[in-house]
Amino acid sequence: MAVKFKKTTAIEIEHAVIDGVDISGHWSRMFEQRVIFEYTPELIEKVTDLPDAESFAYCYQCAKCVPVCPVDIVGDYGPRKLYKYAQTGTDLLQSPGLWLCTTCSNCLRVCPKEVNMIKIMPAAREQAILDGNFVPKELQDAFENTAKSGNPLGQPQRKRDAWAQNAGVTVPIIKDLARPVDVLWYVGSYPSYHPRGMDAASAAARIFSALGIDFAILGKEEKDDADTQRLAGEKGLFEMMSEHNIQTFNKYEWKEMVVTGPHELNAFKNEYPKYGFDRPVLHYTTFLARYLDQLKPLLKHEINLKVTYHDPCYLGRHNGEYEAPRKLLQAIPGVELVEMDRNRENGYCCGGGGGGMWMDSYTDKHIKMRLSEKRAMEAASTGVNVLAVACPFEVSRFEDAVKSTGNEHVGVLDILELLDQSMRGKQ
Amino acid sequence: MNIVVAIKHIPSTADDLPIKGNNLDFDSLDFVLNEFDEQSIEQAVLVKEAVGGTVTVIGVDLIGELDGVLHLALAKGADKAIKITANEPGADSHQQAKWLSEAIKGLSPDLIFTGVQASNDIDGQIGPMIAAYLDLPYIGGVSSVEVAGDTATVNKEFAGGVGAKYLVNLPAVIGVQASTKPPRYAPISKVRQMAQTAKIENLEPVGEASAELTFKKMAPPVMTGHAEMLTGSSKEVAAKIVDLLKSKGLV
Repeated sequence: MAVKFKKTTAIEIEHAVIDGVDISGHWSRMFEQRVIFEYTPELIEKVTDLPDAESFAYCYQCAKCVPVCPVDIVGDYGPRKLYKYAQTGTDLLQSPGLWLCTTCSNCLRVCPKEVNMIKIMPAAREQAILDGNFVPKELQDAFENTAKSGNPLGQPQRKRDAWAQNAGVTVPIIKDLARPVDVLWYVGSYPSYHPRGMDAASAAARIFSALGIDFAILGKEEKDDADTQRLAGEKGLFEMMSEHNIQTFNKYEWKEMVVTGPHELNAFKNEYPKYGFDRPVLHYTTFLARYLDQLKPLLKHEINLKVTYHDPCYLGRHNGEYEAPRKLLQAIPGVELVEMDRNRENGYCCGGGGGGMWMDSYTDKHIKMRLSEKRAMEAASTGVNVLAVACPFEVSRFEDAVKSTGNEHVGVLDILELLDQSMRGKQ
Repeated sequence: MNIVVAIKHIPSTADDLPIKGNNLDFDSLDFVLNEFDEQSIEQAVLVKEAVGGTVTVIGVDLIGELDGVLHLALAKGADKAIKITANEPGADSHQQAKWLSEAIKGLSPDLIFTGVQASNDIDGQIGPMIAAYLDLPYIGGVSSVEVAGDTATVNKEFAGGVGAKYLVNLPAVIGVQASTKPPRYAPISKVRQMAQTAKIENLEPVGEASAELTFKKMAPPVMTGHAEMLTGSSKEVAAKIVDLLKSKGLV
């Protein structure tokens, strides 16, 4: 027999006395209609209707994301706040908040409801771009450069492998070798063109060469992975670039691919498989950690430095590699590795991900200091001589940041450069 | 309003320009859209959005790679694309203006836009020559355009930050320095959609410009001096600067 429930109604009495005890109190607000009902869900639905962005609606405002959001730490942001703003009349697709997220994924790590900004942000940004809404000029330039020149820096394709001339070792081009290789090394745009990136690329070439690794690069056939452009909202550009790259990768025989950058790792390991690419890809730290036994005898020169290591978001949180970079640093004689308070899973973002690399002058208007500056100060506070990095976005970001925060005494070096220094002695 | 934008495909200066014989080595360089044409395309689309009509983008295909540029223009809001298939990478602005004029004649436009100049020859001739061939008024250095009926009000920029407002009777040719608003971004998905669906009309080059100019020699400029970087601590560098200023008799 079906049980019939009677709808309960609250009874309000001025005094309640139970067993002689007066338990009168104030009327509970829980029984009143809450302010939230005055909001319309339209601006939330505008986001959740987008493909992959439905989790925006799961937010129940617990605010666990706010203290871990690197943007909130230097400003007033945080995923919870975006939801609240949408509830109270802000169109995310037309607000500055659309461009501040670096897709660092620290909010997703702590979110009990799995509100996934790594999917929401690219979807919302893509729609904003398609709608012809405001897009920061520098970001447009990076998109256009990628489409026109094959790299976000707008450098000529012909010079993609020009850095190799100064590496001091032979850097074979796979096309010229015309034979299968063990390792296809995808150098990446910043190591190919940025002066400080080239230093890391040359160091890598020397290390691979010293280890006797059978490697080759794509040379002038290599183009940007475009994953960061995808996260910044340019999915069409990402698809165009991935089609080109997959075709290029598959033209050659190689056993595994090693990438210099964590963003490229994320692209080729997690995103390109959706477009049919399924071959082993490793970040250089993971790859070199395998060769520790062969590497250690090569590290002949002591580097007496106190070093801290910055976990790149796309190597750590996104791809789970925390130990290999530390193992490599600890293998260098004389290096004392110290940790910053925010490390590993809770590593602080440098501000370059999700397109942040190409929006600094725009995001500057909405934050108190750059994320890279905050991190440079954290590094300096540990009393180190060197901030070691493993992502090509970071060297230039942190070198600027140590200068602008008065911490020039902290050097910024890629792990590759430190290994190379220990191998050859300081040049 | 029937709006035509005449664009120019030019060698990219992102890399060093290779030279072969007495001209550029066109086989080993990239071509890009003249950046002032990005402004003129935007201006044309803005006018269309304000008063209605169609935008036709037309250019000379010098190396057989103009399609990409035309697809981009369509993605930014142009309605029709035409290429004059010349396949003469070295065709100068006089010759291009002749071919463009012959093709534009048949389109009976109300308004023609060009970029005010192009960074390859920087002679700003295409606009004025099209105007001359079609017997239309020309105004260049324009930074905003508003159309009402058969006239356009344009802002023209002069040196020294001086601007002037002109009323132009249409049809006319307008050389755009900068569009009223910065050029919009065309998402690659839209550009690719255009590449798959859009039809580009092909025209044969018609007419020959009188060859008043001939190439004698093309060579990189001779370096006459170089910058000297002062090194050392900021105190040392400051002392060196003071010495330099003194040695030149400036202080």
